[in-house]
Amino acid sequence: MSAPTLSTPGKASPPSRGHHRPAAPGSPREEFTRALRRNISAHGFLIGAVLCFSFFSWYPMVREFVLAFQKTEDGRTTWAGWSNLSYVFNDPAFWQAWRNTLLFTALALLLGFAVPFVVAVVLNEFRHAQGYLRLLVYLPVMLPPVASVLLFKYFYDPGYGLFNRLLEVLHLPAQQWLQDPDISMLSVVIASTWMNMGGATLIYLAALQGIPGELYEAAELDGAGLLRKIWHVTIPQTRLILSLLLLMQIIATMQVFTEPFLLTNGAGPEGSTTTVVYLIYQYAFNFNNYGSAAALGLVLLVVLAGFSAVYVRLSRSSED
Amino acid sequence: MASNTLVSRRATAKPRPGRRRSGREPDLGRQRTLISPAQLGRPRGKAVYWIVFALVVAGFTLVFLGPLYWMVTGGLKTTQEVVQSPPTAFPTSIHTENYSQAWNVMDLSRLLFNTLYYAFGALAFQLVLDVAAAYSLSKLRPVFGKVILGMMLATLMIPATVLVVPQYLTVLDVPIFQRNLLNSPWAIWLPSVTNAFNIFLLKRFFDSIPRELLDAAAIDGASPLRTLRSVVLPISRPILGVVSIFAVVGVWKDFLWPMLTLPDPNKQTLNVGIYSLASGVPENVLIAALTIASVPTLLIFLIFQRNIMSGLTAGGLKG
Repeated sequence: MSAPTLSTPGKASPPSRGHHRPAAPGSPREEFTRALRRNISAHGFLIGAVLCFSFFSWYPMVREFVLAFQKTEDGRTTWAGWSNLSYVFNDPAFWQAWRNTLLFTALALLLGFAVPFVVAVVLNEFRHAQGYLRLLVYLPVMLPPVASVLLFKYFYDPGYGLFNRLLEVLHLPAQQWLQDPDISMLSVVIASTWMNMGGATLIYLAALQGIPGELYEAAELDGAGLLRKIWHVTIPQTRLILSLLLLMQIIATMQVFTEPFLLTNGAGPEGSTTTVVYLIYQYAFNFNNYGSAAALGLVLLVVLAGFSAVYVRLSRSSED
Repeated sequence: MASNTLVSRRATAKPRPGRRRSGREPDLGRQRTLISPAQLGRPRGKAVYWIVFALVVAGFTLVFLGPLYWMVTGGLKTTQEVVQSPPTAFPTSIHTENYSQAWNVMDLSRLLFNTLYYAFGALAFQLVLDVAAAYSLSKLRPVFGKVILGMMLATLMIPATVLVVPQYLTVLDVPIFQRNLLNSPWAIWLPSVTNAFNIFLLKRFFDSIPRELLDAAAIDGASPLRTLRSVVLPISRPILGVVSIFAVVGVWKDFLWPMLTLPDPNKQTLNVGIYSLASGVPENVLIAALTIASVPTLLIFLIFQRNIMSGLTAGGLKG
């Protein structure tokens, strides 16, 4: 019986089986009507969301798989077998996009994972102005991405940009931030970290505030210095949050699109900022090749599925 | 400093006002952290604390407010001054007309109106449909409720960008209804309802509402809808606030989806509209437009910062 909430008249009370008299209060039949009525109203509350999910989430999920194995030529859609996937794997841009995406992810983790943690640890020590600093860190998260990205585009300008001006003051050579294929991805990551680090910082701060002070006191009694306290108390105590955020950032950064799209028009110099999602976008909307776009999407899905699974398992264990 | 619970933190903060230097130091009796209070109390500790503190405050102000300052003042400069090197800290002459020019040339009022329309429409749809769904899944518990919830949560496992292409194709030709939603606000509103994370947050909150409260309402003869309106929703204000803010901000910040589904320049959002006009206007006007586009979300943030920040951490881990 798939429905534990529906009472089952036959099994529940044998004496009433086969009788067709009007239901007495509490009789199985009445219970059944009540359950039925409750279910009708419950599904009435659900139906709107379920329809939206069906059309715009579940159906596209199925369609993604179907599309990946179809191709459309001259308006006729036929099964294409593995040809979309083999097309994608044989596209040199595919490997470059993965290299770029992994580079972006690695850099973004180096900056976007470590920086917020250090910032949170420092902020947590402050007895003053914590609210102000928290506000500042989260401010860029609230900006429309077009504003923050175009701002950074100005700062990166090789002619009048603030970054080169800063390097000049420090007597360092000027850089072609977005035009040099060697550092264009780093430039994208710096902008992206500025835009997005607020959320992670605040989550770390909340986690740090949950660490019982006794642990630090105990560590001090054992003669632990600052670094050993961080290593033996702070990090173990926040390990779950740290690993959850790490996974979440991996999943999010591997899907990066908006920042490179706005900063370097997607591809960047010599394709150096073409990410996997930008390649999906190109397949679908520049080449009208939905099959290959879906096939590449499947590859991304498979790569990220592992991370998602670990994330779900970890967040379940955090609920308990 | 015997215990470090929240309660004792509040309690110890009060009775020792004598140690406070000023009213701006509310937290001397706060929960202790990495560095011991004794260490901080020593002259050397104090000096290090204040130096680090000053550096961090100055650095953060520069890093996070500096770009905003540059943006606001950049919108007041002449085109030559904006692209001049070295840049000027203050505009040599104030050109407020850049802002009115940005407003008129880029038709910001339309873009702003569109974005508000999409954002608040999405908010309305999410509030009605997602709240109803979460209430049903949490309290009415229909047959297959667990399956439906599971299928909704499963969508969180699928990277959003992977679904963009099939979702776009669905919007072009919605099955059964045979409608093309391109350039229609429905293309933003309906997919925004499929926010499994919101449903999860709402359901978890509703789960914490005691059963007895709802039973009492039911005994008084209240229908499920009436119970939702008069009992559940009033208690759920905090979570509704969090969900609402994230719904509005989500639409406000989205880029790829509105760019694909609203190609008509008259229907575009601020993000997409400014991006597509960016190359056609002088720098100072563009910067003024960016400032104008940033004001609404910054205002939302400053007004609701408490809700946003607590929602961020209480609501789990969605950055």
